[in-house]
Amino acid sequence: MSAVIRWGRPAVLVAVLAFGAVFPLLFPNPLTTTYAIDTLIFVGWVVAWNMFSGYSGYISLGSAVFFGSGAYTVGLLALHHNLKGGITFALLPLGGLVGAAIAVPFGLVALRVRRHTFVVVTIAVFFIFQLLAYNLAFTGGNGGVSTPFATWDPSTFNNPYYYAAFIVAVGAITLSWLVRGSRFGLQLLAIRDDEDRARGLGVHTMRVKLTAFVMSAFVTAVVGGVWILFIGQALPESAYNPNYDLTVALMGFLGGFGTLWGPVLGGLILEPLQQQITQHFTNGYSGEIIFGALFLLVILFLPRGLLPTGKEWLTKLQARWERRGQPAPGGGLAAPETAVPAAAGDGTVAAAGTAERSATPGAGGAR
Amino acid sequence: MTALLRVEGVCKAFGGVQALNGCAIEVDQGTIGGLIGPNGSGKTTLFNVITGYERVDDGEVYLNDRKITNLAPDKVFALGIGRTFQLTRVFARLTVMENMIVAAHHKERAAERSRLRNPFARAGGPATRRRAMELLEFTGIEKHAGALAETLSYGQRKLLELSYVLMAEPEIILLDEPAGGVNPTLIGTITERIRELNRQGTTFLIVEHNMEFVMGLCDRVTVLDYGNAVVTGPPEMIRSDRRVLDAYLGTAEGDDDVSAA
Repeated sequence: MSAVIRWGRPAVLVAVLAFGAVFPLLFPNPLTTTYAIDTLIFVGWVVAWNMFSGYSGYISLGSAVFFGSGAYTVGLLALHHNLKGGITFALLPLGGLVGAAIAVPFGLVALRVRRHTFVVVTIAVFFIFQLLAYNLAFTGGNGGVSTPFATWDPSTFNNPYYYAAFIVAVGAITLSWLVRGSRFGLQLLAIRDDEDRARGLGVHTMRVKLTAFVMSAFVTAVVGGVWILFIGQALPESAYNPNYDLTVALMGFLGGFGTLWGPVLGGLILEPLQQQITQHFTNGYSGEIIFGALFLLVILFLPRGLLPTGKEWLTKLQARWERRGQPAPGGGLAAPETAVPAAAGDGTVAAAGTAERSATPGAGGAR
Repeated sequence: MTALLRVEGVCKAFGGVQALNGCAIEVDQGTIGGLIGPNGSGKTTLFNVITGYERVDDGEVYLNDRKITNLAPDKVFALGIGRTFQLTRVFARLTVMENMIVAAHHKERAAERSRLRNPFARAGGPATRRRAMELLEFTGIEKHAGALAETLSYGQRKLLELSYVLMAEPEIILLDEPAGGVNPTLIGTITERIRELNRQGTTFLIVEHNMEFVMGLCDRVTVLDYGNAVVTGPPEMIRSDRRVLDAYLGTAEGDDDVSAA
């Protein structure tokens, strides 16, 4: 049992990584790899979003600012220097840097306010950027920017983009994991629970929030860069897409806001779902309607997200199972030693009972 | 000898309400000071002003003769003033141990100033965790170290708040109603812990409505009324002071009230 706990998690991780690495070889169909790339792009994005919004509790609905800016940066550089093929991937860090540079003044202004006001400020900044993309001279206005076409073999054309998206997503998760376990991450979580109290305990709240905001922006902009390289064109309404802002937040909430794996799960579920919806419904708005309804359902019935709620159910089931399962060996087979296992059994039951009792008011009290 | 904490002529108004009106108090090193007064007399506002949660309109605050007026809460904390809140404020979705580690940050950071700072350094080294465990044992909630803070009872949260403030080894701790809404047994524990810490050299300033608690614990008690310190003295003196009775039970024509009470 303990071996399963100890090695189970790394084993699953290695298996998932290996599966991800050979995925395009197993499913070489371009339509499938296209789905996979879109999904990985959103997984990377939502993990980056969660790195700031999930951990700090500051819900941003303006992360498309960084996504779009990263996309435009990479696209414009590729266009003006006529770069195509593998070399374009070297532009991704530059896209990230531009995103990070935008995040500094953005954060310095927006992070002074909290909760609803913060959300509204992020939306406002988002629309400013979309307007700029429409109206500035160098962004190409309504026509957007198109990147030079790579001359790769059509049968494996998607593969480089797949691996770029895969590496970026895995990198984002790794970074999120590092943050989560660090002192810096703990400070973010403390800010989420009670920012003023954290400040009163010596946490430099503004510095911590801004650092997370900039890190998240960097990764989001890199993801945006991968996106434009893959689809080859960015328009103001597609790179700075308000629907993406909402979709990413929904992915985070569905999977488990502020957890490490929740957003990954949310991205893996929702992006393929979105693709299915677009494919099966001819009406362009049906996807938005379904997603809007889903958002409401998640907020109402799964406010903590799939992962934390699932974990809670599992703990409860386990407690029940232990309570029912324990007395059997004591009473049955090991007759001469009845006293010892029975005592151990009682102890476990009592411990499970306490754990459950202490968990229940918490679940109720949190809301 | 000058006082460890000194507040001079502090004024603070919220709109038309003068919460503090030229308030002046002193707390000597190694003592336990008490702060009493009717509701709305400015006790909590005074705490907020000292710890940087509110800015003063006028007046000064000194710690060890160093001016700390209007410093931000994180700076005030780093200089050695810890505080608890009237309604406890713990990090609900962090474990008790994680709460302790958050409060240890500035001490840890100071300790590793020499070497290169790693932004991804793991939270809470073994030394910090050991110290946190000692303090949790001291306040008697060590059994809950791994539990989420939101699962603690109100009294246990008060103890956690006291524990994590202690992580930073502050010179002076401001306690806002440590006995409020806490059962008698736990009040006994809290009293004893405060005495013990005071013997080890920590200075306290305590706001409390429980008179028995204040009178039994404090060396000197200050009475606030309408944002002003009206009288300061040892508990015996305060107990019988005319102005205290006035402040709590009404003024001047209050003769009848007092006898009625």
